[in-house]
Amino acid sequence: MPTPRPASSGGAGAGAGAAAAQPADRAAQPADRAAALAEGTRAGDRRSLARLLTAVENRTAMAEHAMRRLYPLAGHAHLIGITGAPGAGKSTLAAALIAELRRAGRSVAVVAVDPSSPITGGALLGDRVRMQAYAGDDGVFIRSMASRGHAGGLAATSTAAAAVLDGAGFDVVLLETVGTGQSEVEVAAAADTTVVLEAPEMGDEVQAIKAGLLEVADIVVVNKGDRPGAQRTASQLRAMLTPMAGRGADGSSRPAPKRPDVLITTAATGEGVPELLAALDRHRSDGPVVHEARVARAEAQVAEVLAERMRARLAERAGADVAREVYDLVARHELDPYAAADRLLAQVDQDRSPA
Amino acid sequence: MTDRPLKVLIAKPGLDGHDRGAKVLARGLRDEGFEVVYTGLRQTPEMIVTAALQEDVDVVGLSILSGAHMTLVPKVCRQLRERGLSDVLVTVGGIIPDDDVEPLKAEGVAAVFGPGTTIGEVAEFIRANATPRE
Repeated sequence: MPTPRPASSGGAGAGAGAAAAQPADRAAQPADRAAALAEGTRAGDRRSLARLLTAVENRTAMAEHAMRRLYPLAGHAHLIGITGAPGAGKSTLAAALIAELRRAGRSVAVVAVDPSSPITGGALLGDRVRMQAYAGDDGVFIRSMASRGHAGGLAATSTAAAAVLDGAGFDVVLLETVGTGQSEVEVAAAADTTVVLEAPEMGDEVQAIKAGLLEVADIVVVNKGDRPGAQRTASQLRAMLTPMAGRGADGSSRPAPKRPDVLITTAATGEGVPELLAALDRHRSDGPVVHEARVARAEAQVAEVLAERMRARLAERAGADVAREVYDLVARHELDPYAAADRLLAQVDQDRSPA
Repeated sequence: MTDRPLKVLIAKPGLDGHDRGAKVLARGLRDEGFEVVYTGLRQTPEMIVTAALQEDVDVVGLSILSGAHMTLVPKVCRQLRERGLSDVLVTVGGIIPDDDVEPLKAEGVAAVFGPGTTIGEVAEFIRANATPRE
């Protein structure tokens, strides 16, 4: 259909003028820019938030500065992980949860991870397709992330991104993993409450008793509840996921298995989603359980920074020479990897003392 | 970090249902090493600009086959500027008459890619012209 062509007046010059509206001056120091972005983020400026998430994702110097400002503000959001096989309905369920949360007047941010190509480094981030309806709603913020080679179901920086969104004041942060298989359990450490999605007829009872993903579920959801077999799948899961009698109650220090609720939803229609939200809230109200999840997350976060700092220190001039020598020795089998690690740790200690 | 992938939003504004081209481009740019956010059909300018802002993309690629480009594209460009995203590279693909190309560029479009453009050409243009985020 032919369209009348408007006069193209006034459009050309506007590009240069609007550039001044950037929230942070690119020429400023990382610490100053981080302060400006963190301030903008906590004040509700979505552009600052988006920029900060990019800095976190790219692990720039600015990200650390900003995180130091935002971390004390975080800790109030309910971090909910959603994981499951490709096509199980994670994005559709996330969209249904957004709708339900908005009805309850709660704000929600989503970190949706899709895989990066191991060959080109490219990625197709398609989770927004299912979460369209919130363009004019400031209570919803959706961010796609590529996994960038990180295994485990999330990107290496997803936990940090969730902390930023938490610090920005969202009531709920949904962490949607890549389509997972049996062992991508990282989301359980990143979230307060972990939802594992299953589709009807995805496997028999033996699948349900295998170790791995189902073990980390706080809530198991059989989605596509309108499909044949949904009830049967849910019953099998309920039967198989119930802990053995006496297990965990014998006073031993072995970790007790979780006792996940098993729910049925039809995310595409919203059926069962209010019940899911109620189950999520119930889980969150269990203080000790959530605190344990947060301690596990803290450990993972600190360990990652530690490893990064250690690598950075070894890469510094003096450390780099020593490290290279040690790697040569290990390569020639004149030193084993354990002794090598001890030697490098000693080097790090030594470098540290003058400081 | 300068070698991180560029992030590209591929969106289809307007009401035509022909998304094969957009999907092929999204897939092709993925293979060229870009991180491509694909948002699907029937996007309003507001939805596109919101996605561009939240995702902090370097490039917005619009695919239009309905003929409504002279209405929709200027709206997207204007809203991008209003929301502080004037440094985002905007490209348009689809069926765009030659006479419309200059007016679109005057609105802020960096390039118009017609039928026959290869994915390699689009990728090359983006690499040469996008301002990467930090």
